[in-house]
Order: sequence, then C-alpha cells, then structure tokens
Amino acid sequence: MSEDKTALVDMLRKMIMIREFDLLAIELRKAKKIFGALHPYVGEEAVAVGVCAALAPSDRITSTHRGHGHCIAKGADINRMMAELFGRVDGYCKGKGGSMHIADFAIGMLGANGIVAGGMPIACGAALAAQLEDRGGVAACFFGDGATGEGEFHETLNISAIWKLPLIFVCENNRYGAGNAVESVRRVTDIELHAPAYGIAGVAVDGNDVLAVRDATARAVERARRGDGPTLLHCKTFRSLFHAMRDAPPPETRAPELLAQWKARDRDSIARFEDVLTTRGVVAAADIAAIRDQVKRDLEAAVEFADKSPYPDPADLLVDMFAE
Amino acid sequence: MREITVTQALEEAMIEEMERDERVITMATTRAPALENKFGDRRVRFTPISEAAFTGIGLGAAGSGFRPVVHWGMVTFSFVAMDQIVNQASKIRYMFGGQADFPVTYRCTTGGGAQIAAQHSQSPYSMFMHLAGLKVVLPSTPADAKGLLKSSIRDNNPVIFFECSRLAGVTGPVPDGDHVVPIGVADIKRAGRDVTVVGLAYYVREALAVADSLAKEGISVEVLDPRTLVPMDAEAIRASVRRTGRLVIVDEAPATCSAASEIAALVTEDAETFRALKAPVQRVCAAPVPVPFSPPLEQAALPDRARIEAAIRRVL
Repeated sequence: MSEDKTALVDMLRKMIMIREFDLLAIELRKAKKIFGALHPYVGEEAVAVGVCAALAPSDRITSTHRGHGHCIAKGADINRMMAELFGRVDGYCKGKGGSMHIADFAIGMLGANGIVAGGMPIACGAALAAQLEDRGGVAACFFGDGATGEGEFHETLNISAIWKLPLIFVCENNRYGAGNAVESVRRVTDIELHAPAYGIAGVAVDGNDVLAVRDATARAVERARRGDGPTLLHCKTFRSLFHAMRDAPPPETRAPELLAQWKARDRDSIARFEDVLTTRGVVAAADIAAIRDQVKRDLEAAVEFADKSPYPDPADLLVDMFAE
Repeated sequence: MREITVTQALEEAMIEEMERDERVITMATTRAPALENKFGDRRVRFTPISEAAFTGIGLGAAGSGFRPVVHWGMVTFSFVAMDQIVNQASKIRYMFGGQADFPVTYRCTTGGGAQIAAQHSQSPYSMFMHLAGLKVVLPSTPADAKGLLKSSIRDNNPVIFFECSRLAGVTGPVPDGDHVVPIGVADIKRAGRDVTVVGLAYYVREALAVADSLAKEGISVEVLDPRTLVPMDAEAIRASVRRTGRLVIVDEAPATCSAASEIAALVTEDAETFRALKAPVQRVCAAPVPVPFSPPLEQAALPDRARIEAAIRRVL
C-alpha cells in the first residue's frame, strides 16, 4: 500500500469512526450509561479529518463543544474518550471534564470548550508558541458559524494577522448556531469575507469534501510556515442532527427535504469519500465493509474499557487543582 | 539596604526573570521600552486593545510551553476578558484532569484614591478569589512586590498579580540579588499584643501609621499583611488572632463577599481561634457604592486612618 493510499484509508476510517462514535454516544446517553450534554458531530466529519490530515502530529488544535470529531481526527484514543463520557477515572480528564472538555495535550489537542469562541484565543497562544519555537509548527482553531458573532473571533483574527501567526482558522459552518439558522443571525454568510478586512487569506471550501478541506488546509499550512500568517478557512457543511441533547434528542424542526438533500449520497461526507476512493480504485466495497466492522469492534471494546474503568474516588476531589 | 519604588521593584523582577528563563514573554497594550530594548519585540509583545484575545493567548502559550506575563493595565480592563479568565484560565487545569500546566501571570493595577472615578478605582480581588483555580497575589511593599512577582512568574499556575496604584511610587528597602518571596506566606509587618490588624495593600501602610500613633497611648497593634489572597495563609492570621484576641480587617473593597469577609470567616470558624476572641471581628471596608469622583465623596467611600483607629478602639 502506498503512503498516500494508507493516508486516504486512514482518513476514511477516522470519518466512519467519528460518525459511529457519536451515533453510539447518543444511544449510550439515552440508556443513561453516560451523563450530561452531548453535541454530535454527525455530518461534519470531513472538516475535522480534512484539516487534521494536513497537520503534523506536533501541531496544536483547539476544539469546540462539538469536539469528539476533532479528538478522533487528531488521533485521540477512543477508549479514553469513551471512559471520559462515562465519567470514569481512565478518561482523558479522569472524569473531571466529560464530553465538552476532552483534551489530549500529548497529541496537541488543547481541549474542547463549552464556550462559543472560547478556544480561539487559546489557539492563538498556541500559534504564538509555534512562532517563537520556530520549528515550522502551526496551530488550527476549530469554531462554528456561531462564533463569528463573538468578539474573540474578531480579536484573534486581528492579533494573529498583525503578528503573522502560523494559525489556521477553521470555521465549521454547519448552518446553525445552536437553534438559529446562520441566515437569521448574519447579513453576510460568506464568512471568508472577514479575512480581507483583517488582511489575511480567506478561503471557502466545500466542507463535506474531505480532500478539498485537506488541500485547502495544506495551502494554509504552507502560508503559515512561510511566515505569511493566518488563513480563514470557511468550511461549508451541515449539522445532520440536533445541537445538543441531555436525556433525549430534541425534536427535529427542520424541513425533511433539506435533511434529505444533505443525506444524499453525493453530498454526505462519508458516502462521497467512499465513492471517490472506490472509483479511484483505492479501496473496494469489501475493504469499506472491513473498515466498518473494525470500527464497530473498536467501539465495542471502547465501551467495555469505559464500563470496566472505576469511577473517580471522591477522596481525589481536590487533586489536579494546582500544579506544584 | 537600597531603597527603590514598587514600580522599580516590579521592573527589576521582570528583567531578572526574563534573563533567567527565555520562555518568559510579556504582553501588554502599552509599550515597555526598557524590556523591549533588552529582550526584543518577539518576547516583549505590544498588543492591540483586545483583552479577551491576549488573556487567552497567554493561557494558550502557557499550555504550549511558554511562561507569559500578561499586563491588563488596570484591573478594570480584565472584565472584558472574563470568558478567558473565568471559563478558561481558572478551570483549564482541573477540567482537563491536570494533564498540563498553565504558568501564566496576569498583572493589573488596582484600587482607588486617585480621583479616576468608578470604573477605574475598583478592588475586585475577591471576584478572582472566588474562582477556584487562580492564585491571587497582592503585595504592599517594594520588596514583597519584587519577590512575589518573581514567584508568580515561576509558579506553574495562572496567577493574578494585583498592583495597588497608590503604592506605585512608594519606596522601601529591597534586598540585592535573587530576592524571592513565596506565594501563600503572610508577613507580620509590626508585632503587637492587643489587636491584630490585617491590612491589604495600601491599607497595610495606613494600619502601620495608626499603630504608630496608638503606641503612644500604650496600645500595641500587630499589623499582618497576607500578601497572597489565594492561597491564604490562614494559619498565620489565626495564630496572630490567638495571641491578641482581637481582629480588625482593613481593605478598600466593599465588604460584601470580600477578602475581608473571607478572612473573618477563616478566623471565626476555627474553634481554637474563635475561643481566643475577646471582641467581635471588625471589617473596615469601602462603602457599598461605585467609587465616586469628587475628592470629598471618594474619601468618604474609602477607609481611612480615623476609621481604622475607631475600629481598633471598639474592640479594645
């Protein structure tokens, strides 16, 4: 298998894993095996996987409340992710964070974040660190269309522009900020148009085309490494499911025709990529079935791992508050 | 020993720590020519007026291996960065299970008494104390300012470092060399037998002045400076109160949910200290109003020597 083929298959595997992880998480939440709030990334897999495919393992990212996809795309261990959702001691945060606060600093995943745009300044700090380290590192910052209404979005665009920070702003425009359609909260929905106002590159890309996202990110990484500063990448995608659930998914209020359009085989991120890979002869249908089987087995193992992990000891409540 | 101002002491601390560790970088909206000339504009960053951004940049760079010192200017401006302070900096280590350290220092000036009116005369340390996860430092002398800033920069946690505006030009002795004051250790600025006065920042000096004048009457006042509000050196305060049996707390923040309230609680909920009390604990704090502009109004709002002395006489 050529390296390129290995990389492509890994991208497909990660996209399938992201979708199946979140679909499983919904069932686990309904069954009260996991706790709290859940924000599925279903439908947006091409963005996380496309961006992370163009990053080096040592590059750093920040994520959002809808962060499981970013974790998996950056290479997180699904056992420890699942254990975190279960609130167990073997979770990434020892059960202290949960779904909205998974982080893995060892792989450059600087954390999911419960505050819209809250991760953007932190990513900017990671990009400053990369610039000062001067080893060609970059940072990427995932955020939704809703974050464009926050001051932190504009502040970080400006400050990273004047400092020419090696930072890629990845706007995952899934068309909804919580319950609000993007058209109802913005006069202009071409989010890349913010870029020229700050003197940086702005690119719109089909966010359901994982190869287009990867290539656009790779060009942004090149610009960043050349010292040409940040890029605002507007990835147009669609949130297939709801914003958030607690005990049960909220009722769907969007038009069935709209949902059907985005589910179509030529539009759904995973189906499209499967077709691209089979058409190019990178994989056969049987290979895809094998990937899906493996993902299913890996997820079953993750649930088993999580379920076997103990709950944190209340005696450890104050552990991790302050560093020595 | 040489005498320098608080401002000079803080600048010395910055230079020494930047020389000591090349991972120390700084960000502020105003230029710092002395630092910039010495260390260059890569490490000494002049920022746009974007507090939320550079507060979070400090945090992100700290989580990526650097040791940023971010100066908000007046603490007032930190309020536009509250997401990064409250939701991010104070929680980031614990929430992620302690997998990374965030050695970032946030400096800011604080306090009233300069006729700059309500927004720029605030003393909101207790708002930051309340957020489990931040260390809070408030020195009152040039030596403590230098030593505690050095400790804050070397600390592996987010530290809020308050600089009392009225103390900026005050001079005092500062030891030569690497003068470091540990975080979390109170200091008895004047030993006494009859009453413990815990002062914060400017009011340490005012308490010392009152102690001088009462000494002429044979009243022996102990003046204790916590120096650090998180972690609070509760045992030092309790030990002092057990010796004197009386406690007056002086601060220019309003009393409600204040550092003064916290100190009163720490003292009274300790059984042994409570039993040693001979009089009710007194708080001498600011009036519960936005600090007014006009000098007579501002003076009426803030504590002064007369009110400190009156509180001491009430408990004797």
